[in-house]
Amino acid sequence: MLKIENLTVDHGAIRALHGVTFNIEKGQLAAVIGANGAGKTTLLRTLSGLNKASEGAAHWGEHNILHAKPESLVRHGISHVSEGKSVIPELTVADNLDLGALWRRNRKEAAKSKQDVVDLFPRLGERLSQRADSLSGGERQMLAIGRSIMSKPELLLLDEPSLGLAPLVIEQIFQAIRELTTAMGLTVLLVEQNAMGALKIADIGIVLNLGSIAATGSAAALRDDPAVRAAYLGF
Amino acid sequence: MFQFINTLLIGVTAGSIYSLMAIAIVLVWRSTRVVNFAAGGLALASSFVGAAILEKSGSFWIALPVAMLAGAVFSAFIEYFFLRPLLNRSGEKNQEIFLPIIATLGLLGIIKAVLNFIYGDRIGVIPPPLSDKGFIVSGESIALSPLRILILGIVLLLMIVLTIVFQRTNLGLSLRAASFAPEISRLAGIRVDLIRTAGWAISGAAGATAGILQTTNGSGSIAPESFEFSLLLVFGFVAAVIGGIESLVGAVLGGLTLGIILAIILMYVGGSLVFFAAFLILILVLLVRPQGIIGVKGGRRA
Repeated sequence: MLKIENLTVDHGAIRALHGVTFNIEKGQLAAVIGANGAGKTTLLRTLSGLNKASEGAAHWGEHNILHAKPESLVRHGISHVSEGKSVIPELTVADNLDLGALWRRNRKEAAKSKQDVVDLFPRLGERLSQRADSLSGGERQMLAIGRSIMSKPELLLLDEPSLGLAPLVIEQIFQAIRELTTAMGLTVLLVEQNAMGALKIADIGIVLNLGSIAATGSAAALRDDPAVRAAYLGF
Repeated sequence: MFQFINTLLIGVTAGSIYSLMAIAIVLVWRSTRVVNFAAGGLALASSFVGAAILEKSGSFWIALPVAMLAGAVFSAFIEYFFLRPLLNRSGEKNQEIFLPIIATLGLLGIIKAVLNFIYGDRIGVIPPPLSDKGFIVSGESIALSPLRILILGIVLLLMIVLTIVFQRTNLGLSLRAASFAPEISRLAGIRVDLIRTAGWAISGAAGATAGILQTTNGSGSIAPESFEFSLLLVFGFVAAVIGGIESLVGAVLGGLTLGIILAIILMYVGGSLVFFAAFLILILVLLVRPQGIIGVKGGRRA
């Protein structure tokens, strides 16, 4: 279980997150929605060790994950796909994938993870020897998620995977994310501007507003909540 | 024609040594985004180590690998104790990105001063391990000698090894990834700090080899205030810039291009114009094609 208590993060003089508290059960898909600047990205960056927390606690199972470096959190099963199709364009698709598994000793298991990625995203399998900058936006996002799967994560932190993608592609990516939880048993924390799309596939939803939690609940309940609808779903 | 081929041979040999120096500079640039002026001092210090080992053991074949190892250790030491704290502190603030560059200039001065303190007026000697007399072809001596073949062979071998390491090993993939995208690499589990130190170490070994080969191809001796090494550093930088500073292949081609151009100028125009030409090339490349002659505009090569 991911357990976050009173998490507070400052960027210099600006308080980006203010006493955020929530839990996610193992195997759940949680969507974090909210306007620009609500602190969604900061939340993910803090959980993956890229940003420092000022106060509070965060535990993944037994592990205290605050104040750890990203490269060690990966080894504890926490993988973060950062905003903006986080692939390395100069490397081939295969290299981008292999990168996620370099720290793993067991080559056989790493090869199996690669097969899992190719099964989930067959288009990546066809483009393994191409440079990542030859991929479309959707394929890059698939590659970023694929690289993350290569790290054999238990908790996946996804930052705006739908950003800049065509509606049809967004649909595919969201389907794949749902499959990660349903078929592969991962726990996913999904940060999204596309609130409606995210709440459609999520189990639970967390609404952030100006660094604080405005609402939490089952994704279905949030979809029907008039206040949430008015503020974030646009109708 | 005969003279022209000889000029090319001289140029390619000298250029291959500039290529190694350029590789040393490019490796540090790619792994930490630092322009490493200390590379010249590191090459000098490791060449002194090589000369000392040569004096004790009498074998060039022991001296060279020991000097490479020394270069790797010196370079990793500098990265770990000087550059890493500086880079961690300067971080994102733009006005402070010049600090590491100034620091490497300072380190170059310190290394030279330390060598001066240890060696004073004494020099290190690295005589050619093979004959530097050119082969005789149809009664005339050509510029190709056993020594030149050895130098080209060593450089070629190192380049093959580097290519294999970069393209075929986990270390190579980590080095490439960490240089292009440190944050993504960390999220993928790469220990970027460690990989950066490894990049500096490989750079130090390449620079040490360049220093040893430059010495044995040139005067055969080194002093703490060696002019040859100042030139090696400058030519290494020019070669790296010609090659687009990002690319190892570019560094090699840049070094060879520079070596050949300078040899032609030396042979047909005059020795006094060699430095002028080297700097002119540097300025022209920076003005006209800052991405380098070999570099691809807007794209970095893995």
